[in-house]
Amino acid sequence: MSLTVAFQKLSKNFGPVRVLHEVSFELAPGRVTGLLGENGAGKSTLMKILAGYETATEGGFAIDGQPLRFTSSREAEHAGVVLIHQEFNLAEDLTVAQNIFLGHERRRGWLLDDDNMNAAAREVLQQVGLTLSPTTRVRQLIVAEKQLVEIAKALSRKARLLVMDEPTATLTPTETERLFALIAQLKAQGVSIIYISHKLDEVERITDEVVVMRDGRFITRAPTASLNRHQMANLMVGRELSDLYPPKTPTPPPAAAALLQVRDFSVPGWAREVSFEVRAGEILGFAGLVGAGRTELFEGLLGLRPASGGAVTLVGRALHLRNPRDAADEGITYLSEDRKGKGLHVNFGLRQNLTLMNLAQYARPVLSPAREHAALVQAVEDFGIRTGDLQQKASALSGGNQQKLALAKVLQPQPRVVVLDEPTRGVDVGAKRDIYFLIQRLAQAGQAVIVISSELVELIGLCHRVAVMRAGRLTATLQDDMLTEEALIAHATGTR
Amino acid sequence: MPPELADSHVSPAARAAHLWGRLHGFGPVVGLLLLCLVGTLLNPDFATLDNTLNVLQRTAFIGIIAVGMCFVIISGGIDLSVGSMAALIAGCVIMVMNKAGAGMGAGPTVVALGMLVALLLGAVFGLIHGLLITKGRIEPFIVTLGTLGIFRAYLTYFADGGALTLDNALADLYSPVYYGSLLGVPFPVWMLVAVAIAGGFILNRTAYGRYVQAIGSNEQVARYAAVDVDRVKILTYMLLGLCVGIATLLYVPRLGSASPTTGLLWELEAIASVIVGGTALRGGAGSVAGTVVGAILLSVISNILNLTSIISVYLNAAVQGFVIIIVAFLQRGRR
Repeated sequence: MSLTVAFQKLSKNFGPVRVLHEVSFELAPGRVTGLLGENGAGKSTLMKILAGYETATEGGFAIDGQPLRFTSSREAEHAGVVLIHQEFNLAEDLTVAQNIFLGHERRRGWLLDDDNMNAAAREVLQQVGLTLSPTTRVRQLIVAEKQLVEIAKALSRKARLLVMDEPTATLTPTETERLFALIAQLKAQGVSIIYISHKLDEVERITDEVVVMRDGRFITRAPTASLNRHQMANLMVGRELSDLYPPKTPTPPPAAAALLQVRDFSVPGWAREVSFEVRAGEILGFAGLVGAGRTELFEGLLGLRPASGGAVTLVGRALHLRNPRDAADEGITYLSEDRKGKGLHVNFGLRQNLTLMNLAQYARPVLSPAREHAALVQAVEDFGIRTGDLQQKASALSGGNQQKLALAKVLQPQPRVVVLDEPTRGVDVGAKRDIYFLIQRLAQAGQAVIVISSELVELIGLCHRVAVMRAGRLTATLQDDMLTEEALIAHATGTR
Repeated sequence: MPPELADSHVSPAARAAHLWGRLHGFGPVVGLLLLCLVGTLLNPDFATLDNTLNVLQRTAFIGIIAVGMCFVIISGGIDLSVGSMAALIAGCVIMVMNKAGAGMGAGPTVVALGMLVALLLGAVFGLIHGLLITKGRIEPFIVTLGTLGIFRAYLTYFADGGALTLDNALADLYSPVYYGSLLGVPFPVWMLVAVAIAGGFILNRTAYGRYVQAIGSNEQVARYAAVDVDRVKILTYMLLGLCVGIATLLYVPRLGSASPTTGLLWELEAIASVIVGGTALRGGAGSVAGTVVGAILLSVISNILNLTSIISVYLNAAVQGFVIIIVAFLQRGRR
């Protein structure tokens, strides 16, 4: 029952721009294939064509030797191909069962047959290892459960080829393990899986084969066992990756005065009595599982959530931050982990995005587009933002370049303390390296940098100290020389 | 690495798309010109200076309110109450002026007082809307649906179901504000021009205007970017209230009375002007100039129907409705 997919000289144009160039390769049936490539390499577009969300401009693909062309995701589903998006396609207010059968409702006469659907939903939920009731509303589920519901939905449609786009981006290690077990089980049942991820350790672990794409072209296909992570990264980038992380600057002496000091700070429901401090020129990491309260702690500090108790002092002076405006005025800015929802106005131009946080500087009192433009030109140069046209909207930039723009934006007010929440999420290796070096430059210039990240390697490679949070409490702060993945995981999960 | 890409990379297709996008912005203007052409062909009286000024003078109330509405809609809000608000303000202005006139005799001070009351009440009503919407966290649709009823009911109550009428002496003194003109152009038209220019300037050339657009485009992003969202939103409703106040202080001398039918459906005309002018109802971006053109376009329609007999004047609202739907159809999918 496995599918064999063969791409044949597939090309795709968006307007005048060609994003896929005669891509040809075959996928062996019943295996897990890792699809690798930097942002903008064309992986997602190729998969969208396979799953019927886009159509090829030239060429196409064949399934089991049969040339096919899907004009809708429904047609693709019919042929057994299902794509699970990075952002889920679930109707939040419907129940799990209603979502699973959305568009394929079972009927008895003219009426919906809810009992039948609930029973069938319970069955597929069991297959993916979810024990919740099929009548639960999707809104009440946590992210990992939504992911599993998506997979259950695909299974209920008799998927024989499952495409997963960055499925672990928002999962905790335990949930990731569960997903991997499920992938192994699906593979044993003969389902082919295409796995798109930037996390090379995962690709190394669960895929049988990797296919590498670069700049819209097929580069290579090789058994996973024949490559190590470093080689994979090099193939993606197309050049030798010199060290990903900049050399660490010396840790500011512990005796040095704290720039920002937080004592017994609580965010009801999320963080309890958290105390930490960060010095000028220091990079302080925040590790923890999803839901440990890291993001919420800092949203509370910035006045974005109600907070209670505690004392916040900046260079010894007590602060009362009611909103991000107060914080920015005091020299503290925050880059959200949610780039599209909270970080950038994707429908705005680059210039309008860049200057929004310190717009007052460009208005005396009349806005000066010329000065804003000059600031943009400067930022494009300083931050290495790759863009053809400075007049375009932020949505036209690739993920990595959007992230650089978002970084440039929160640094525009020249903060003394900057909090970067998942600064490299969904960003390709090349852009990651740029961002690491940028963070390093900030610290060297005497700013205090706080990095919240779910990628432990990144925290270890970058930070002077890492604070670990678990279930709303700060459980440990590890110095540079004590930073190992094992130690961080142990503190984050409470197994120490 | 990027700059060398800069200009060489703009393909002809992209340039054509850009040009089309720019043309799209002129849609309302093109529509207005076409309509004027039709009007001229149908009736030679249409293209006269007198008729043009007449149309503009009638557009002034809605046009001025629509400029304020434009800010509210761009910020992602809505105000359904402006018609009722205008009626209540008109009623209060008349009551205050009559009372003051009785006390100190009819004089320019009383007229000035009346105008001040109009502006003040508009701003206060806007402030109340803004506070309920931001601090009270109630949907703007609900808040203004509520005040839509409240404002008109209070006017009806004050007028005891009939009409509130300005004393004759005061009415004579006040009437030049609507009927008077400067350089041959009626005062209300000057006022519309002034409000439109000020509105366009605030929206496009001040930080506040940028914040309004940022909030409408994505409120969360604006909040995280240190924009004081509540303050900006409250200000948009106050700005609209102020516009309603201006429109009302021009309206009162026209008839010298306020009744339960005063300002009826103005809210829909103002919202329609904004939409016809190319501003998306979901907010984020829009244009003050387009809004004014939209308001003029709608009143040109009724003017043409009045001047010609091809379509019954009773179908005025229907024709306007068709135009709104056609405009929305032409603008669909433009992001």
